[in-house]
Amino acid sequence: MKTTTILGAVALAAVMTTGAMAETFKPAVVYDFGGRNDRSFNEAAYKGALQFEERTGIKFRDFEIQNPSQREQALRNFARRGLDPIITIGFAQAAALEKVAKEFPDTHFAIVDSVVDLPNVRSIVFKEGEGSFLVGLLAAMSTESDTIGFVGGMDIPLIRKFACGYKQGAKYAKPDIEIIENMTGTTGAAWTDPLKGGELARSQFARGADVVFHAAGLTGTGVLQAAADEGKLGIGVDSNQNHLHPGSVLTSMIKAVDVAVDKTLTDAKEGKWTSGVEVLGLAENGVSWSYDEYNKPLITAEMQSAVEQAKMDIISGKVEVHDYMVDSSCPF
Amino acid sequence: MSKGQLPRWVDYGVLPALNLLAAFIISGLVVVVIGEDPFEAVKWLVWGALGYGEGIGYTLYYATNFIFTGLAVAVAFHAGLFNIGGEGQAYVGGLGIALVCLAMDRFVPWWVTFPFAIIGGAVFGAAWAFIPGYLQAKRGSHIVITTIMFNFIASALMVYLLSNILIPQGTMSPSSRNFEAGGQLPLLRNVFTSFDFGQSPVNLAFFLALAVCVVVWLLIWHTKLGYEIRSFGANPDAAAYAGISPVRITVVTMLISGALAGLMGINVVMGEQTRLLLDFAGGAGFVGIAVALMGRGHPIGIILASMLFGLLYQGGAELAFEIPTISRDMIVVIQALVILFAGALEHMFRPAVVAFFDRFSSDTAEA
Amino acid sequence: MGSVLCFSWGWGNAFETVYFESRNEIDAQVIDLIDQKGRATVAESNVPAIELIGVSKSFGPVQANKDIDLVVGKGSIHGIIGENGAGKSTLMSILYGFYHADSGTIKIDDKTTTIPDSKSAIAQGIGMVHQHFMLVDPFTVLENVILGAEGGALLKDGVANARRELKRLADEYDMTIDPDAVVGELPVGLQQRVEILKALYRGADILILDEPTGVLTPSEADHLFRILRVLRDQGKTVLLITHKLREIMDVTDTVSVMRRGEMVASRKTAETSMEELAELMVGRSVLLEVDKPEVEVGKPLLKVEGLNVRDDRGVLRVKDVSFEVRAGEVLGIAGVSGNGQSELLAALSGITRAESGKMELSGEKLDLSEAHDAAEMRTKGMSHVPEDRHRMGLVNKFAEYENSILGYHREPKYSKGMFLNKDAIRKEAKERIEKYDIRPPTTEMTAAKFSGGNQQKIVLAREIECNPDVLLIGQPTRGVDIGAIEYIHNRIMDMRAQGKAVLLVSVELEEIRSLSDRIIVMFDGNVVGERGPEATEQDLGLLMAGVNQEAAE
Repeated sequence: MKTTTILGAVALAAVMTTGAMAETFKPAVVYDFGGRNDRSFNEAAYKGALQFEERTGIKFRDFEIQNPSQREQALRNFARRGLDPIITIGFAQAAALEKVAKEFPDTHFAIVDSVVDLPNVRSIVFKEGEGSFLVGLLAAMSTESDTIGFVGGMDIPLIRKFACGYKQGAKYAKPDIEIIENMTGTTGAAWTDPLKGGELARSQFARGADVVFHAAGLTGTGVLQAAADEGKLGIGVDSNQNHLHPGSVLTSMIKAVDVAVDKTLTDAKEGKWTSGVEVLGLAENGVSWSYDEYNKPLITAEMQSAVEQAKMDIISGKVEVHDYMVDSSCPF
Repeated sequence: MSKGQLPRWVDYGVLPALNLLAAFIISGLVVVVIGEDPFEAVKWLVWGALGYGEGIGYTLYYATNFIFTGLAVAVAFHAGLFNIGGEGQAYVGGLGIALVCLAMDRFVPWWVTFPFAIIGGAVFGAAWAFIPGYLQAKRGSHIVITTIMFNFIASALMVYLLSNILIPQGTMSPSSRNFEAGGQLPLLRNVFTSFDFGQSPVNLAFFLALAVCVVVWLLIWHTKLGYEIRSFGANPDAAAYAGISPVRITVVTMLISGALAGLMGINVVMGEQTRLLLDFAGGAGFVGIAVALMGRGHPIGIILASMLFGLLYQGGAELAFEIPTISRDMIVVIQALVILFAGALEHMFRPAVVAFFDRFSSDTAEA
Repeated sequence: MGSVLCFSWGWGNAFETVYFESRNEIDAQVIDLIDQKGRATVAESNVPAIELIGVSKSFGPVQANKDIDLVVGKGSIHGIIGENGAGKSTLMSILYGFYHADSGTIKIDDKTTTIPDSKSAIAQGIGMVHQHFMLVDPFTVLENVILGAEGGALLKDGVANARRELKRLADEYDMTIDPDAVVGELPVGLQQRVEILKALYRGADILILDEPTGVLTPSEADHLFRILRVLRDQGKTVLLITHKLREIMDVTDTVSVMRRGEMVASRKTAETSMEELAELMVGRSVLLEVDKPEVEVGKPLLKVEGLNVRDDRGVLRVKDVSFEVRAGEVLGIAGVSGNGQSELLAALSGITRAESGKMELSGEKLDLSEAHDAAEMRTKGMSHVPEDRHRMGLVNKFAEYENSILGYHREPKYSKGMFLNKDAIRKEAKERIEKYDIRPPTTEMTAAKFSGGNQQKIVLAREIECNPDVLLIGQPTRGVDIGAIEYIHNRIMDMRAQGKAVLLVSVELEEIRSLSDRIIVMFDGNVVGERGPEATEQDLGLLMAGVNQEAAE
């Protein structure tokens, strides 16, 4: 998160252009494979852009890619037609963005979940580990069998970030806790298979788990459903999913992609664009745990104070959450 | 000319054109239903694919993928084998290509890497097709089932390799590192500078695809092996009668089919992305089935069908881009209609056309 | 030594264009007869059951039926004969509602009618017994009989009624059968009886039988004819399509001959002869004798010992079969089809692996229980004309020249390295087309479009021209036009004269008797007897039915 003088200059230029072209502010969003209605990550970005549109009345364009080659094509098409800023969703877009951002140095780009180190790109990454740490801690405190579960979508680094934080948080609360970990699949369908999510959750329950955290997009709705059916607890992800099965969703690990997208668009609109890397963790409210009327009965005062304490300790640096990306491994 | 027979130009020209027309008319109606102008849609579709250099480049780029996978499916068809595993074979073939590129790109120029990458892709693709072929030949395990299974195994393998082994330290995206110049196939826009291919990724793999078409044509219709493959496919009993080993032909055909699918990676991995990435085949293996059906298993037909699907892919993306109410899913619907009419309903117009020709061609009949 | 030629031409395929070997002009006398059309003279009664007037049907440029007139008297057995593609099947399909005539009138019981579909045909009292039975094997006889005519939504009432009706029919026409037997387990003859009962159950007054004796033993065929006579005597009308002149002479009252889509003659059976009918069919006089000169028999070229073959399902189909065939000798294997002949040929030719058994081929000893393949047997001097050229002998969608090398495609003369030498292949194919008079004389047409006789010539040319020591030949004239039969038989005799060993498998007794030097009969996988060619048909027929009189005595 260094801002060099060059970056500053670019940002300044951006302020000036955006200011001058306020009438023609034309933002665009490029989703990855899941598409805008994936009820997960891409959809969160869509919601963020929609919030911006509703608030400002400024329409945005978007595009759903169908194959890997279209990533580059879509970015270039938007850039060529003068759309600015252009937000790309998902780590898989990094390589395409790197190419296109170089071709259009005057256009502002943003990418969520990956870092592209170019002067006209804002990279937004989340500390999923920190949020997952908190829900892991909550899971460990509410389990009666000392066994908890994790259902991921696909065995890729992003999901390992979730898993690692979750495990660290759980062990922070209960060092001897047992954590069962399963991944759903290896194709795109892994994120959209609630049936399989439900099966995996049930098998984890059968093996003794009584709280299961999912990081599997639409697949996870099956996990939460299974938990509700079996009288166990599920933990939601990305958005607040507590309301899906009141009383059966312990909490949700909120990853505020919508907020990030909205904020990026607003920054650009208001001339506050900055390029560089934005790392959103607990301190920045990029990730958090959800507490509302739906899960109130499940969170004891003890749990609440423990999780708030942990949150403060993480922010203050007293507790260090391991970042999977540093060494591509998880010690827990 | 006997009953039900049509002149070749009708069989290979008029009928596919009619099917295509029907597909477009139905698609047009769908476009009308969602409240857009179908002529506008066609305009964007065609312009997006063929209207400018970059569009043409993308169309050719996609077509290149489909030629490889289409040939793979077609060769297996000729032996009566339904290889649905083109997707997985292409995926694993890409791994072979990537390994060659990763090993050589820093030391030698691309034209040294190229032949080894071809071998790598072919060998890995063939290896992935070998097991289903062997199981079919020796154990009678149905090849449709086993090749589908192997598609899943391939994606599992690739997720593992890309997330754990090939991924550069500290990066988020499960993909290999970028190849250096020695692992990058020249793009046509840099080779034929007189034509404006824009930023399109069409690369030398296109010519490889055309060359492979010639090889497949020779193989199927002019070699002893091709004769045996066709005999086995058209009439397995006659093949057994002729002393053609079903085990050998099944396995050899699947090896060839897998190798052809594996070469697809040359276009994507070595040509466009210059790295190995998750899901790079992007369904081309399945499009290959439609391409092979539509192209009647003949390389010329496959080239034409691949161009059509390339056009639909590229033009479809442009269409979705220009008319946002026509979503990605609408494009899939249009593509599906083309497959439906050209493949599944291939014979729908046939009786009418046959009747039409019978009426006017009785005097040309051979007695 | 000579004997009567047998005729064998199957149920022609009306869907294919068929090219005829013989194009001789019909002689003047025959034309006279056609002109008379002989309606009134041949009809048995004044009210015909079926009358067709000027019925025509064409498929595109192919005229399958041309201005057909036909009168079938009520209560008679009427035969229809003709070569492949003569239009018999098309005509019957029009009668049964599968096709619509382009023009012409159909009268049933003297009333002009139309038959739009088979349902309507049944309603008008027409029943059909197909060559390939339309039966559901796992169902019982009763279930098969009522299938499609269940009578009401509730099966139970229908079943009880059907059982009564079936018993009545069986009694009336002397066709005893167990209504609860599972059809798939019945012998072929009884399955056919179920087909007939099915038609009668649906109220058929007119019964069309399509090549009904193809799958029957002679005694089963005799029984069928007895049933047909009973049916006739009870007032039913029977239309019999057959290619066996003997059956026409035996059982029919009147007979109509078709050639090239036209009805060339109708005759009272009593007033005609086999020779005349054969001539009418072909359009020229046919040599009914096979010239079988004395040939000096040499040493054995093919010896088979203790051969046992199991099929895919593990059933033993060939049981301890031994025989030998010498140079200059034709050994005929007679038997009703399905008694192990096909498996025997497949094992000898290397297509399938035998369970056990030894073979000596031109002096070389082979263990047939080991894996061999057909290519290996060819290189050892054995060639094979398979029983079913469509299933095995040809690749139907290959061009003629491609078929002309099937099994020999690896020979150096046909290849240039890994490539096929198409010029050489075409050149040789052309020579053979000329030599074997294959029509039309083109190397490029697909095999499927040749007529049965010409297809068989393609196979024969391929298997004979490679100059084998031993020729296995199965059903050489099945589905072959009469003109080509003569030719094929002569080629087999040529092989014999050249000192080759020929193993001939045929279900046509007369073919076996006229060509063979010795005859062995197979029943249920066993060789049940050996006879000379002078053996009577009755004697062979009993052997074919599994009754060995010598052994019994």
